[in-house]
Amino acid sequence: MSSGILVFCETDGGKLKKSAHELLSKAATLGGPVSAVVIGGSVDGAEAGRYGASTVYTVNGDAFGAYSTDAWVKALAAVIGKASPSVVLGAASPVGKDLFPRLGARIGAGAVTEVTELSNVGGQVVARRPVYAGKALATVKVKSSVALFTVRPNSFPVNATGGGAASVVAVDAGVSAADLKTQVVEVRKSAQATVDLTEADRIVSGGRSVKSAEGYDSVIRPLAAALRATPGASRAAVDAGYAPHSHQVGQTGKVVNPTLYIAVGISGAIQHLAGMRTSKVIVSINKDPDAPIFQHSSYGIVDDLFTVCPALQKEFEAVVG
Amino acid sequence: MKVGVLLKQVPASDTIIKINPDKTGILTADVKWEINPYDEFALEAAIQLKDAGKATAVVVLTVGGADAEARVRDALNRGATEAIRVDDPALAGSDALGKARALAAAAKAAGVELLLAGKQAIDTDSAAVPGIVAELLGWPQVSVVTGLTVDGGKITAERNAGGGYIEVVSTTVPAVITCDKGLNTPRFASLKGIMAAKKIAIVAKSAADLGLSAGQVGAAGALVEESGFELPPPRPSGKIIQGATPEAKVKELVRLLREEAKVI
Repeated sequence: MSSGILVFCETDGGKLKKSAHELLSKAATLGGPVSAVVIGGSVDGAEAGRYGASTVYTVNGDAFGAYSTDAWVKALAAVIGKASPSVVLGAASPVGKDLFPRLGARIGAGAVTEVTELSNVGGQVVARRPVYAGKALATVKVKSSVALFTVRPNSFPVNATGGGAASVVAVDAGVSAADLKTQVVEVRKSAQATVDLTEADRIVSGGRSVKSAEGYDSVIRPLAAALRATPGASRAAVDAGYAPHSHQVGQTGKVVNPTLYIAVGISGAIQHLAGMRTSKVIVSINKDPDAPIFQHSSYGIVDDLFTVCPALQKEFEAVVG
Repeated sequence: MKVGVLLKQVPASDTIIKINPDKTGILTADVKWEINPYDEFALEAAIQLKDAGKATAVVVLTVGGADAEARVRDALNRGATEAIRVDDPALAGSDALGKARALAAAAKAAGVELLLAGKQAIDTDSAAVPGIVAELLGWPQVSVVTGLTVDGGKITAERNAGGGYIEVVSTTVPAVITCDKGLNTPRFASLKGIMAAKKIAIVAKSAADLGLSAGQVGAAGALVEESGFELPPPRPSGKIIQGATPEAKVKELVRLLREEAKVI
């Protein structure tokens, strides 16, 4: 009989990522014992315990260098077999998105991706998720005995419940190099951004009104840097060549969920709004007082972006620690 | 080598979404359909492989009714050479697993060795079907790819690994690759392409044709069930910040972000 919640935690240098803190904090509110699993990394049982986990399973070995679908699916399937959870949570990160659907097919479990709400309804964990890039929301239930969910980053608050250290249990998933059908042959740094837009807590995006790549680089990037934010862009700005594709926010770009989203020179086309409407606070800077973006903004400044942004950058440099 | 492309028709990205009365989905009467934009990158990559002499055929694979024919025809007009449309009342209510079973079976029936797909469809935003298809076929997967070279049976793909890193991944056919914006610029159909495609029939297949039983697809085979569709709650109206100068407006904005919104 499966019960309890297993949280697939991503780590960075032996520390749990913020997404893992969020998932563990949420899991602790859903009922049942919470365990965690870390694959291809080390973990501090005290840290996992503080966020509510009683056990942390770890899987390591030669096959667990760079992320690979094959090793991770096999490892997580093995840990699920050992822990017998009724629910498995992971982040809707590049790893989680790649891993969970295939894992579901492997173990015969329904996988629901990109959820933003989870609740316990009569003993069953039920999800809400945006569809049509957030233009609608749907309730999703899983009928299999194990339910898999990936959760969009920044969906849940972090609560350190202050539990004792989790016991760390190493699991041998029997994964060897022969299981790997893909090889990472090179890793390189991409554009300036170090935080992925989908995981970013603050985003500054530029639109067509930045007028050029130079405008984007001299106004949007420094403003983002002053706020310690990740730079984004509208489709119009990307298609015009002002910013790379990886920066695009919207229905055909990244769907983002930050605490603070600043839209600079973006009119607010429906396809852009779809990608950022769940941001907690939206600030718009636009010369046109009739720009649709203002109807979706918490705060608006009607003025020339080339005057406002440098002033705002100076203020952020002074107050953002 | 035959290259398969998973294709889905979706409401155009500028569609205003309306919910149906029983909240099980959206109203589709006024919807303008288009090829899922990410699938267009997959289609273009496949056609480029054919143009380069690396693919012998480009097979479009879709699950959908007769209303999906126009999108499949568009793909043929652009340069795809075969098309299979899996159409069966038994597929109604399929979740990602059911659709993936149909598509994996169709890919096998077509003799496809490399399968390209969009990284996600912009309607459900699940990004689930390609990974499940890969598992059902027992093939490796490389997801969210922005660079792709195929040389003999060897594949080299660049993918966004998150955290600002690009990974270069190598694998071999057969494989499933999902495509992101930036991989290429999809072409439009040419007149020559449209004329050439006239001779190509879109092959409709039932679940039984593909060896699938009723319990494997449709609502009966679904592990995931969606309901309670709603429009998102409207955002409370915000405020336009007043001030004599841009600097004054900026100071007031920063004050509000600190004291009212408490986000910086």
